[in-house]
Amino acid sequence: MITIIDYGLGNIQAFVNVYRRLHIPVAVAQTAAQLDGATKLILPGVGAFDHAIERLDASGMRSTLETLVQEHKVPVLGICVGMQILANSSEEGSLPGLGWVPGCVRSFKSVPDLTDLPLPHMGWNDVASLGDNALFKGFEEEARFYFLHSFFFDCEHVQHRAAMSSYGLEFSCAVQAGNVYGVQFHPEKSHHFGVGLLKNFAEL
Amino acid sequence: MLRPRIIPCLLIQDGGLVKTVKFKDPKYVGDPINAVKIFNEKEADELIVIDIDATAHGVEPNYTQIAKLAAECRMPLCYGGGIRTALQAKKIIQLGVEKVAISSAALENPQLVTQIAEEIGSQSVVVVLDHKSRLLSKHQEVWTHNGTRNTKRSVLEVAQELEKLGAGEIVLNSIENDGKMKGYDLDLAAKLRAAVHIPITILGGGGSLEDMASVVKTCGVVGVAAGSFFVFKGAYRAVLISYPSAQQKDDIIYSALRAR
Repeated sequence: MITIIDYGLGNIQAFVNVYRRLHIPVAVAQTAAQLDGATKLILPGVGAFDHAIERLDASGMRSTLETLVQEHKVPVLGICVGMQILANSSEEGSLPGLGWVPGCVRSFKSVPDLTDLPLPHMGWNDVASLGDNALFKGFEEEARFYFLHSFFFDCEHVQHRAAMSSYGLEFSCAVQAGNVYGVQFHPEKSHHFGVGLLKNFAEL
Repeated sequence: MLRPRIIPCLLIQDGGLVKTVKFKDPKYVGDPINAVKIFNEKEADELIVIDIDATAHGVEPNYTQIAKLAAECRMPLCYGGGIRTALQAKKIIQLGVEKVAISSAALENPQLVTQIAEEIGSQSVVVVLDHKSRLLSKHQEVWTHNGTRNTKRSVLEVAQELEKLGAGEIVLNSIENDGKMKGYDLDLAAKLRAAVHIPITILGGGGSLEDMASVVKTCGVVGVAAGSFFVFKGAYRAVLISYPSAQQKDDIIYSALRAR
């Protein structure tokens, strides 16, 4: 069962719709008890980093999630800010992240020479997967996804980069550390590319 | 490469889809959900949906309809019409909409842009500036309430002010060009691109893919939106919803970007 974590952020219904169309069993969890039976987890998110962490804490699901992901190694896929909070910290906020993928989240604005770059990074951009990452299995060369963000994930270890995209600079638009996956873009709003990625995650 | 966004802009009145000319004479063109389904199939880059009654009549956004649209929509959705508070904006985002568009309310109360940005993040705050010039003047001013009230303020000045207050995107919408399908106001588009550091989308006047390519040639990677172009076909404006193929976008729109 794919369980979507509903802590008040992100487009829960869009993920439910994608999996229903694929005839893959899907559930939505708003409480720790509802995480029971999850074999895959999706952690969506929009808005600010600290707000996302605060909401996750307030949901009462955080410690159960930590047990599922870190002890039982249940695969989890963070989306957009749901991916950013997998990091240790963010330039956007002051709260620590989950720390499941070592790295920090940086602002495009804080990068020298990028001061004229229009932000947020908004629209469809190419995504180049690295190695044979399972999320991108069977993808054509010119995979493209919808992005909407002003901060990017800076991996501490290059081996955690799963895919790269380019906007002013090359950045990790997908990360993976063991059973923890994250994508900066919105697969739930990226037509057949996104459906393919979410299907790959379900079939891990 | 980040690509220019080719965006159908759908207008809603009394729950139905309409298309106007110069913001007047709304013509019924079909059911919004049906249109969204077609744009899903065609893999449109993004959708803008504006309820043109909500602000003009001062009513609440129609949350039931927004929820249905958001659930159906498999591409990013921007919704506008009747949003006057940060709470309303937040509620709409929670229904599964990616971006909210505000116009009249932002002109009356610019602080609202900041309040909404704090609630949902700048990246989801879109300001739509409806503009036209006064008789015998080239100076483009911002109009509100569906093109009925002139704020007498310069469109570029307003765009810069609202960017500072937290807007994440500006949609420039030409009242004079609306429904005419004779091409965009490229001069103003270029000036806006130079004036702000946030994404912009140009709307009003698009009648062909070549018109859209001209915007990209002039401004680079921006959003290019249209209404009539995606809902009418032929000289008699028969209703037929369409969207260019990936190949057409590459041949005409992206090639204009590569040629810059």
